[in-house]
Amino acid sequence: MMIHEETARLLTWLIPLPPVLAFALIVLFTNRSKWLSHTIGVGAAILSFIGSMLVTVFYAFRVEHFGEHPIESAINWLPTGNTWFRIGVLIDPLGAAVLFFVSITIFMIFLYSVGYQNYGQPAGDHDRAGLPPHGATIEEHGHKHVVPSVEPMYSRFFAFLGLFAFGMYVLVVSDNLLTMFVGWEIMGLCSYLLIGFWYGKPSARNAAVKAFMTTRIGDVFMLLGIAFLYSATGTLTFREIFTEETLHVLASTPAAFGMTASGLIALLLFIGTVGKSAQWPLHVWLPDAMEGPTPVSAMIHAATMVSAGVYAVIRMFPLLTADFTGHGLTTTMSIVAFIGAFTALFAATIAVAQNDIKRVLAYSTISQLGYMIAALGIGAYVAAAFHLITHAFFKALLFLGSGSVIHGMEHGVLHTGNHNVDPQDMFNMGGLRKKMPVTFWTFLIGGFALSGFPLITAGFWSKDEILADAFGHGHWAVFVTLAAAAFLTAFYTMRQITLTFLGEPRTKEAEHAQETPWTMTTPLVVLSVFAIAYGWVGIPEHFPVLGGLVPNWFHDFVGHTLAEVPDAPEFSWIPLLTSLVVALGGLALGWLVYRNVKSVSDDRLQIPLLKNKYYFDEAYDFLFVKPAYWFAETFVYKWMDKGLIDGILHIFGPTTGGIGSAIRNYFDLPVINRFFGDGSADVTYWFGGKLRAIQTGRVQQYLMLALVTFIVIGVALYFFVLA
Amino acid sequence: MVPLSWYLIFAAALFSIGLFGVLSRRNAIAILLGVELMLNSVNINLAAFWRYGNVMDMTGQVFAIIVFAVAAAEVAVGLALVISVYRRRNTVVADEIDMMKW
Repeated sequence: MMIHEETARLLTWLIPLPPVLAFALIVLFTNRSKWLSHTIGVGAAILSFIGSMLVTVFYAFRVEHFGEHPIESAINWLPTGNTWFRIGVLIDPLGAAVLFFVSITIFMIFLYSVGYQNYGQPAGDHDRAGLPPHGATIEEHGHKHVVPSVEPMYSRFFAFLGLFAFGMYVLVVSDNLLTMFVGWEIMGLCSYLLIGFWYGKPSARNAAVKAFMTTRIGDVFMLLGIAFLYSATGTLTFREIFTEETLHVLASTPAAFGMTASGLIALLLFIGTVGKSAQWPLHVWLPDAMEGPTPVSAMIHAATMVSAGVYAVIRMFPLLTADFTGHGLTTTMSIVAFIGAFTALFAATIAVAQNDIKRVLAYSTISQLGYMIAALGIGAYVAAAFHLITHAFFKALLFLGSGSVIHGMEHGVLHTGNHNVDPQDMFNMGGLRKKMPVTFWTFLIGGFALSGFPLITAGFWSKDEILADAFGHGHWAVFVTLAAAAFLTAFYTMRQITLTFLGEPRTKEAEHAQETPWTMTTPLVVLSVFAIAYGWVGIPEHFPVLGGLVPNWFHDFVGHTLAEVPDAPEFSWIPLLTSLVVALGGLALGWLVYRNVKSVSDDRLQIPLLKNKYYFDEAYDFLFVKPAYWFAETFVYKWMDKGLIDGILHIFGPTTGGIGSAIRNYFDLPVINRFFGDGSADVTYWFGGKLRAIQTGRVQQYLMLALVTFIVIGVALYFFVLA
Repeated sequence: MVPLSWYLIFAAALFSIGLFGVLSRRNAIAILLGVELMLNSVNINLAAFWRYGNVMDMTGQVFAIIVFAVAAAEVAVGLALVISVYRRRNTVVADEIDMMKW
């Protein structure tokens, strides 16, 4: 079955709408009903999911030469002088591949949230909006126990998720940078709202502000890049920018710092990605963002938002490589490759010393995103896109799995009632494989995919492709760095699995952990299928034995997004052996080191430097946050506002007061009041007193007076006027 | 025919008698009589000026009739006031009716 082209076009327009409608409905009408809210939220996710599947699986994946005939549709939007700024939708092979994984992961995360936020559980004993639920006491068979309680702001959560999904869909289906940036910023806002979802916790509030501010730095540069691009080309539509002519013009226009216009624009846009995808040096927000509820961590910090950063760079790839001749990387590409590779290794080294199950994954995400960025920097377009998608699947799986583990541990904590036990600390776990079998097996699959366990997992194929690309094009530094990062990745993944699931329970709470409800485990199972099977669509053709069994569909399909399909790198044994060794070696070492670890003190990798993330937070605090506070508090508030501005006002106040009272005392009171006011009254009074004597009340005297006056005036007139 | 000045002298004499009466008599009714004399002296002037001026122009006669009407009305109101004052204060002496003062 295949849908019609017109239908696909229409559906593409409609895909982002259900989640935003759900957001509006929940916020405006159904926020009091938990059932209605999650029905609307999940329903909207399903609608978008169905739409995306129709567009991708039933259209895009089946059209011959889809790269040359993508789904395109645009309308006039803003009049700009004598032309129009057009906005529209575009699904090309890259867009289709991204839309495919985005819709699946979003749907799974919505479903998972129902279970994670304890739908169906009683309201908590003393839960308050803005704080995580603390559990409810119920009486059963005559004795009391504590069970998890439902999230007090359940509806609000689904509203935010809906808005977030809207932002992601807008970003993916956009055919131009502007609406893409709009989606990008909507996600930034939702990320802020969701990280600070439990706003009663100061740490969550701070993390939300930190995430917002840090990504904002990148976004400002990105906006500059967009503005530069628009002023240089007069359009922001991808397919108009990526024509040979436009790219040639951009590539041959010199800009600042010895870079061409295309290079500088690509670099500015890339800084946006550095913020959004948490690359060094703007990586600091992502680990703190783990304060949010776990589905949020999965959605924002694995599957969608951080991937959006990489997606943007992949989108801008023609621009990035516009002045690339094939011999030696351009300045921009070198910067991209350096930041990517450095971040990959740097974040991996931090991850090995973290004890919080979600923080390990957070640093792992940073590291893997660095992988993709590095791949893009050396021009490995398809490999980066491939790793982006496989990573989204298995990292969403791992995050949701960790949420499931935390949920299970919280059960244990509620059972024992010992709230001092941190349900996220891996050293409090152990032996969970027996208590939570579904979570264990799916987590194992996700972890192995992340480590690049050979042949069966998706992560192996995508990571191998990046390494092969780096090796094949002779980028030795990148190759070695990424290989080292891959080794560390396998190591900390196995450390995490060993500490969490293997061995014996280290605490009473771990002994009483419980498997989570079906709404949470179903997404895990679905995602674990993709974490394995998605790799099979991208097996290189020349791979020994397996190559050619299945066609390298992904390379073929996504490669056609570009005008020239990039060549797959030559097969070589060196990168393959390297990835085998680092993956298996890392996993084995991780197991060997951590299988007998009983407590934190046995862990020899608790090096303060790594544990404290190379003191980046402290350094930024010292370099930026403290000076900003000083500037605001001391300089602006105390000196400028209190001292200078208020000082000037304090001069004006008394001066005006003095002038006022002088005028009052020396002019107003004596001249106006005494002389004119009181004086005229006194004169009138005096005359009145004198004249009252003639008012006798006798009518004849009045008449006499009139007669005399008449005669006097008459005589006077006679003499003075007439004579 | 007697000259105009005779009429004017007569009217002036009549006016002065009326004015003297108004100013000197104590009785309010007598004051009203004085006022009537003054009005009638004006009428004589009007009639005389008409007769010695343009006879076809009726203005003088018309004015004289209006003055009659005003005088009649004035006497009616004046006598009514005097009666009213007499009822309240039991006097018609103008000097004793002196409430209209400060």
